[in-house]
Amino acid sequence: MTTPIPLFDPMVPAFARISRVDRELPDVFTWHLAAPSGAGFSFAPGQFNMLYAFGAGEVPISISGDPNRPEELVHTIRAVGAVTRAMQGLRKGDTIGVRGPFGSAWPLAEARDQDLLFVAGGLGVAPLRPAILHALAARSLYRRVIVLAGFRSPADFIFRKELERWRSRFDVTVEVTVDRADTSFRGTVAVVPALIAEVELDPAATVALLCGPEVMMRFAVRELERRGVPHERIHVSMERSMKCGVGFCGHCQYGPTFVCKDGPVYRFDRIERLFYVREI
Amino acid sequence: MVHPRPDINASVLLLRDGLASLLQHLRDDGYLVVGPTVRDGAIVHDQLRGIEDLPVGVGDEQAPGRYRLRRRADQALFGYAVGPQSHKREFFPPSIRLFQLRRGAGGPVLTPEPPIDRKLALIGVRSCELQAIAVQDRVFVGGHHVDADYASRRRGVFVVAVNCGEPSGTCFCASMGTGPRASGGFDLALTELLSGGPHRFVVEVGSAAGADLLARVEHAPASEADHAAASAVTAAATANMGRHMDTRDIKSLFYANQEHPRWAQVAERCLGCTNCTLVCPTCFCSTTVDTTDLAGATATRERRWDSCFTLDHSYVHGGSVRPSLRARYRQWLTHKLASWIDQYGTSGCVGCGRCITWCPVGIDITEEAAALRADVPVA
Amino acid sequence: MDDLARLLAAHPFLDGLGRAHHAVLVGCTKNVRFQPGQFLLREGEEARTFYLLRAGRASLEVHVPGRGAVRVETVGAGDVLGLSWTRLDGADPSLPPRVHLDARALDPVVALALDGACLYRKMEADHELGYVLMKRLLALTYHRLERVRLQRLDVYKASP
Repeated sequence: MTTPIPLFDPMVPAFARISRVDRELPDVFTWHLAAPSGAGFSFAPGQFNMLYAFGAGEVPISISGDPNRPEELVHTIRAVGAVTRAMQGLRKGDTIGVRGPFGSAWPLAEARDQDLLFVAGGLGVAPLRPAILHALAARSLYRRVIVLAGFRSPADFIFRKELERWRSRFDVTVEVTVDRADTSFRGTVAVVPALIAEVELDPAATVALLCGPEVMMRFAVRELERRGVPHERIHVSMERSMKCGVGFCGHCQYGPTFVCKDGPVYRFDRIERLFYVREI
Repeated sequence: MVHPRPDINASVLLLRDGLASLLQHLRDDGYLVVGPTVRDGAIVHDQLRGIEDLPVGVGDEQAPGRYRLRRRADQALFGYAVGPQSHKREFFPPSIRLFQLRRGAGGPVLTPEPPIDRKLALIGVRSCELQAIAVQDRVFVGGHHVDADYASRRRGVFVVAVNCGEPSGTCFCASMGTGPRASGGFDLALTELLSGGPHRFVVEVGSAAGADLLARVEHAPASEADHAAASAVTAAATANMGRHMDTRDIKSLFYANQEHPRWAQVAERCLGCTNCTLVCPTCFCSTTVDTTDLAGATATRERRWDSCFTLDHSYVHGGSVRPSLRARYRQWLTHKLASWIDQYGTSGCVGCGRCITWCPVGIDITEEAAALRADVPVA
Repeated sequence: MDDLARLLAAHPFLDGLGRAHHAVLVGCTKNVRFQPGQFLLREGEEARTFYLLRAGRASLEVHVPGRGAVRVETVGAGDVLGLSWTRLDGADPSLPPRVHLDARALDPVVALALDGACLYRKMEADHELGYVLMKRLLALTYHRLERVRLQRLDVYKASP
């Protein structure tokens, strides 16, 4: 029996050097990596890499960099487990194993000439950032561009300066909200779905890209339904355990799909059957 | 000595000595000859020195949660059903090293694992096993990405299949359409004949390599009577299946019943021990394990079998996606019998019955599937 | 008068209501403005007013001794404010209805202020109007409840 001979082994990482570390929050940091191959590292917004820290282990992290700057690989990481905490201890000049890019992408081509609505919750702004940067760079391809982002509190903003910069543009709507705040905060206190309820858009010509905790996306979908945005125009980014990134390890199964290759970005109507099944 | 080279798809007759000689030729050709043998009260797969290492005159009894060897009245070489081990460990071993790393001046230096360079011959492979190998081929080498380790282990394997004459009490390959007769994927396929003449084997030639090997072994044409006897062996096996799986619309049956009360009932019995996933010839889940030496100068990454019955399997920061055994059992069986079809175009179950035999509490997947069906109104 | 009717009709809360109903409501309505920092509603005071916000944002706050004012939610143009006049909170009907939250202008706020007692009378007198408004109030309450639930889940909190 013959089997195809692989051209490369998807389980073996390439190595990239950390060229800059940005502290976003006490437990969230952004790495800028010099692309592992001289030719640059091209990816589609929404995709992820498996990042490996020497001896500590490997984790799937979505790419948060600018798709138009393939010379630099950017990842925003929250230190929540053993591996990501080890990663937080790394500095400029340290090396990181990279496998990828893997997974599906935000449907940016499909969204051309449509209202493009980004709905981000917490760290969910990171996987959306490449798509937002693309939309801003190719602004004329879209009608309205709307960014709605929710964070826990005013102390938990991620990409704050960038959000402020985007907001200052005349051709983009950026609304930011927090779940809780004291009275020193002058901005909006509400959950993200409340922003969806009020934003100006053309529901039948909107493509909505959602990323954040699953519960937040459930509430956001409900609000989009109320606005009349059809399910096939809603896209969500799912998260599951992953060990390989290429469909071998079985961990990321979500119904009949593998989040690592069929996702992480799914068209909502295609997973609606799974979305409300508990513990699936 | 040169014997006539049989045609592909032809069948010839081989005596016991002929089979012994066939194994010897494989060994002489540098093959690692692996097949069934008795160890620790079970039939396992190991290297064979000759046919005397096969389970001569040994049979087995299998039932939910029960496995025993028994002495047979004859000298059959393949007079038993499948044991706890499938051939998956040959291609998807329980543990492999993925790579080693050393800290170097210019960054980590990676030593990839060399591709596996061996000539492997598998002896006595049942049809369910061949189907299971085909299922795993789709997983590891049939998609966009190719698992390099699997591909290198899988390459150039010589397969001597055995058409099954001895299904166990937990077997149901006939209802899965995966046996008992091997339909392909072999170089040679034997049917063992124990009566109506000397102890002999009808050998079907499945490949040029199989034909070449037979040309070096003394064999005779198979008579009409031998052919009929061989057909009778698998026909009897079909009739003697211990279990039956109704596969009609099985995908929609499972998809429509994700909240069926049966899941909670089976979860009360299931221990979450992972036995079923370990003995299953198609289960392919794995995890990675990273270690360093004490000085932190070298690091190793391994891949090990994992099971969807563990809490860790679905762990994302903060907790497991499937904390209940109900959800984990549902995941396993739904994947095996339903979502596998969406993923790979085939069922993940080959009807080998191992998960039933080796379940410590005797959970029977044919019974679980039937229970879901029992409550479905007829359309 | 015409102006107020037009403003009422333009507010999302009353959108789609019949012209006649808008006309009825005009009698209870006046146009109001608040400077940033001014209170639209104050916890404990008698609930007299139902606000339909037209511009600017207001913050709903609870005063917690020792912590000061805690911001629960911000509302803006298109939202409504002040439901205590409906007397749906189960309070003693012989007592005047009370406001349960502070509402403070964050920006210059422009709103339509509907007199709660007046509105209540009109809804009692015309049950069809009452039914239509009650359905909208219930939907509004439901949406706000849904948001509070999500807020309470604290979904962005880093897991331990």
